[in-house]
Amino acid sequence: MTVFEYAPAPESRSVVTLRSRYGLFVDGEFTDGGGEPLQTVNPATEEVLGEVAVGIDADVDRAVRSARRAFTRVWGPMRPADRGKYLFRIARLLQERAREFAVLETLDNGKPITESRDVDVPLAAAHFFHHAGWADKLEHVGLGAAPRPHGVAGQVIPWNFPLLMLAWKVAPALAAGNTVVLKPAETTPLTALLFAEVCQQADLPPGVVNIVTGAGDTGRAVVEHADVDKVAFTGSTEVGKQIARAVAGTRKVLTLELGGKAANIVFDDAPVDEAVEGIVRGIFFNQGHVCCAGSRLLVQESVHDEVVAALQRRMGTLRVGDPLDKNTDVGAINSAEQLARIRELVSIGEAEGAQVWQPAGDLPERGHWFKPTVFTDVTPAHRIARDEVFGPVLSVLTFRTPDEAVAKANNTTYGLSAGIWSEKGSRILSVANQLRAGVVWANTFNQFDPTSPFGGYKQSGYGREGGRLGMRAYLKES
Amino acid sequence: MSDRLQVRKTYKLYVGGKFPRSESGRTFEVTDARGRFVANAAHASRKDARDAVVAARGAFAGWSGTTAYNRGQVLYRVAEVMEGRAAQFAEEVAAGEGLSDGKARAAVDAAIDRWVWYAGWTDKLAAVLGGTNPVAGPYFDFSVPEPTGVVAVLAPQRSSLLGLVSVLAPVLATGCTAVVVSSAQRPLPAITLSEVLATSDIPGGVANLLTGDAAEIGPWLAEHADVDGIDLCGAGATAMELERSAAGTLKRVLRAPAEEPDWTADPGLSRMTPFLETKTVWHPIGA
Amino acid sequence: MTHALDPTAPGRPAPAGLPDAFADVTRSDAALRAFLHGLPGVDQVGAEARAAQLGTRSIKTTAKAWAVDTAISMVDLTTLEGADTPGRVRSLAAKARRPDPADDSCPQVAAVCVYGDLAGVARDALTGTGIHTAAVATAFPSGRASREVKLADVRDAVANGADEIDMVIDRGAFLAGRYLDVFEEVVAVKEACGSAHLKVILETGELRTYDAVRRASWLAMLAGGDFIKTSTGKVSPAATLPVCLVMLEAVRDFRAATGTQVGVKPAGGIRTTKDAVKHLVMINEVVGPDWLTPDWFRFGASSLLDDLLLQRQKLRTGHYSGPDHVSVV
Repeated sequence: MTVFEYAPAPESRSVVTLRSRYGLFVDGEFTDGGGEPLQTVNPATEEVLGEVAVGIDADVDRAVRSARRAFTRVWGPMRPADRGKYLFRIARLLQERAREFAVLETLDNGKPITESRDVDVPLAAAHFFHHAGWADKLEHVGLGAAPRPHGVAGQVIPWNFPLLMLAWKVAPALAAGNTVVLKPAETTPLTALLFAEVCQQADLPPGVVNIVTGAGDTGRAVVEHADVDKVAFTGSTEVGKQIARAVAGTRKVLTLELGGKAANIVFDDAPVDEAVEGIVRGIFFNQGHVCCAGSRLLVQESVHDEVVAALQRRMGTLRVGDPLDKNTDVGAINSAEQLARIRELVSIGEAEGAQVWQPAGDLPERGHWFKPTVFTDVTPAHRIARDEVFGPVLSVLTFRTPDEAVAKANNTTYGLSAGIWSEKGSRILSVANQLRAGVVWANTFNQFDPTSPFGGYKQSGYGREGGRLGMRAYLKES
Repeated sequence: MSDRLQVRKTYKLYVGGKFPRSESGRTFEVTDARGRFVANAAHASRKDARDAVVAARGAFAGWSGTTAYNRGQVLYRVAEVMEGRAAQFAEEVAAGEGLSDGKARAAVDAAIDRWVWYAGWTDKLAAVLGGTNPVAGPYFDFSVPEPTGVVAVLAPQRSSLLGLVSVLAPVLATGCTAVVVSSAQRPLPAITLSEVLATSDIPGGVANLLTGDAAEIGPWLAEHADVDGIDLCGAGATAMELERSAAGTLKRVLRAPAEEPDWTADPGLSRMTPFLETKTVWHPIGA
Repeated sequence: MTHALDPTAPGRPAPAGLPDAFADVTRSDAALRAFLHGLPGVDQVGAEARAAQLGTRSIKTTAKAWAVDTAISMVDLTTLEGADTPGRVRSLAAKARRPDPADDSCPQVAAVCVYGDLAGVARDALTGTGIHTAAVATAFPSGRASREVKLADVRDAVANGADEIDMVIDRGAFLAGRYLDVFEEVVAVKEACGSAHLKVILETGELRTYDAVRRASWLAMLAGGDFIKTSTGKVSPAATLPVCLVMLEAVRDFRAATGTQVGVKPAGGIRTTKDAVKHLVMINEVVGPDWLTPDWFRFGASSLLDDLLLQRQKLRTGHYSGPDHVSVV
């Protein structure tokens, strides 16, 4: 039997020019930071991609003052339609430089080029395009005839979708008339700094967007700066709680997009082949580094064996490896720290008696890797059914009735997303109604759109991003 | 007036549709605006707050699951029942807040009208705050507002009835259930309101009213892991600490205004949206 | 087996080779309906998304060379025109034997597919090559004729030398829910085929929904079809990637359930190497390498071969080729 071996199909890196040193982007210029620079690494190869400036309190202060100045003098007073035009420009520039962004994102993050190319970058551009149109229509967001921006928005974003999360934060903030100080994740700063170049190409007035790179201390400085009016954070629930404490008693308004432990519920009348695809997309998309990942598979007992068998067969076709290869499905784990966290939780799952399964195949020797993994015989009491792994690890639980499915799905402190697979419309609507989750995907999973509000219930955070509700988070009633 | 000796009322708590005394056995003396003794009110404890949260959680599925139309009718019924006891409310408000009869009656009227106003909101929220989202793909995508869950309400300290209704009614209108801590100094209208709630169609546990000290009970509610949201309106100096505590479980927090607002003003959606989640549902469109 | 031709006869046995579990499935119209409607549904958007995702695989260099040769070897080189003549069929057969006259290493195709009256011409031209002679039958392409006529059509094609018969199902009966009628007709045709392999054309462009494609696939397999085939090529849309996906899932599941492997043939509308490679990727990832041979997968096509040959020349010479470097038929 001849085997159809796909030859390597690497995307060219030549479209990207890496610099040895990257500065902070403050007041329209790249500048040094006061901290000890950090190195950003390609997680697939452990190659150092460049040295990135670290902003200290004084740098954050400069950035906030620049943002305040721009808010007061330029961006606030600007005609709303012109603000919109700047955002349209940015959307177009992102489209024009899409391949460059995609390759850089894959280098810095480790995600497959097909995802950065087909999901992250186009969606980022779409977010700017959608929000551009809001700039001169703010009276329609539902906050009165003349809603006002908060002022300076301090935004801290995670490493799993570096450019896309930037777009989710920056686009609505600017459309509403705020200016921005953004802190990218420590391990994935490069596309944000390339975005700074886009701001320059768009002739965006200095200070409207400031990007201050660094680690947790830099983010804390942004959140706690006294002249920041609005804080938006996407990241872990633990840090989200710290931020909520930090802004307590201040005038700052806060939105949080935090962790999740989504149930993906498969009923016995599901379209099985598409459900298996949805399960795979739910947990292995972006190596499972997704806050809304469908990490708990709830399968009706009557189809458990069939679904698990089909899932394992499908997992056998997932191609794990070089993120720049256009045929890679699962890329590298973003950092050694995250890999250690995944390994720890997986070993806990094994110790707790769940059955672990991984497809055959080798992993690259260098870099941070973890195979797509599925645990069966998991109960709601297992840590792997409760803790967010934030990796390519799925826990399979069973249920017998819709009520039991809902009860198990809701048995979590999180509430970001959920999935339902059934061909019966009334059941879908009933279950969707009872799920305590901000996004419910029925017969699909991990779909995103700038018009569609996204955000969590319970300890998955508060506030929504996307659409009219997302705009409201950056405005106040006049 | 006759010289008949008045039968005084025992003011108790309202928890789970019942009127228990505080489990602590404590009461506190309530005086009128001129310092004269009026009653001994039950002094709610942390355990009373705990019981109230259990009652509110138990009532949440039913209350949030009723139709918006039905919820509107129930809230309207509160106004109807309140109207019949307007004189009693006016008396208590006049005594407690030191208002003239006319001003007290105006406050009562405004409070009744506020129930009516919120009763009319229940079946409009989804249309105003939700909708379909034109996503760029073959999916039907819609967003609906849904109640957060159990909301702790620290009622305003000064406006003992209109303020109280103005913070409770919006919470109930969203479909949330409530644990309310009344004004510490002016608790009596809260208990009379409880009697109205008990005799209208509000299911037991949907609204729970505790008389006592927000400074004492507030921290327990702010930290309670089964409370989803908190209105800090009457928290006073403890507001910041309570907001910090609430961060531990990421509660939805409605901050206290710098000073108690003019409760006759149109509140808009500002007291409902903090306790509404948005659920977005996607489904493919195919044959 | 003559009772199989009588729709009123009670209690038909399952076709030979099927496990007992399936014996009851075709016992009555009601049982067959219950079975077919009990198959999992197909979500249109999800199936199309999956097919599109597989279509983004990047097949380069050595993989592409392998894929082009494999695709050539899977082609059922087809001519189904009213104007067909023995001369044209002989010309086609010549091309089937030596697709690239300038390159001996080029594989030959799997079969030549013609109308039944020309099957003898094709067979004679292909003698000794190992290339199969396929004939369409059963009142192709509409299938609108009495069963006797359809069966006569089949017997005639087989008698003329066809060793593969491409039949069409009665889409009218299928869409009207007369599943047992369709089933019995396939059984009867299979019987009439004798030793010839039977490909059952579902005409998916008329079935319209993927649910119907899945049901028709199972029906055809239960009735003993050796291949299930998408289309006649006379109805648009013909073969599409998602339709092929659903059919591949059906043969995969059928083998898992019965142990019997059935082949798949998309036909019509596959004109480019890129399309063909997408199909091979789909086979590879949906059903696996067991189906990656001409015994289990065919492309029903006419112009596809030319594009495969151009691509093959490009891969071998390093420069782009042109239509004058491929023989016309």
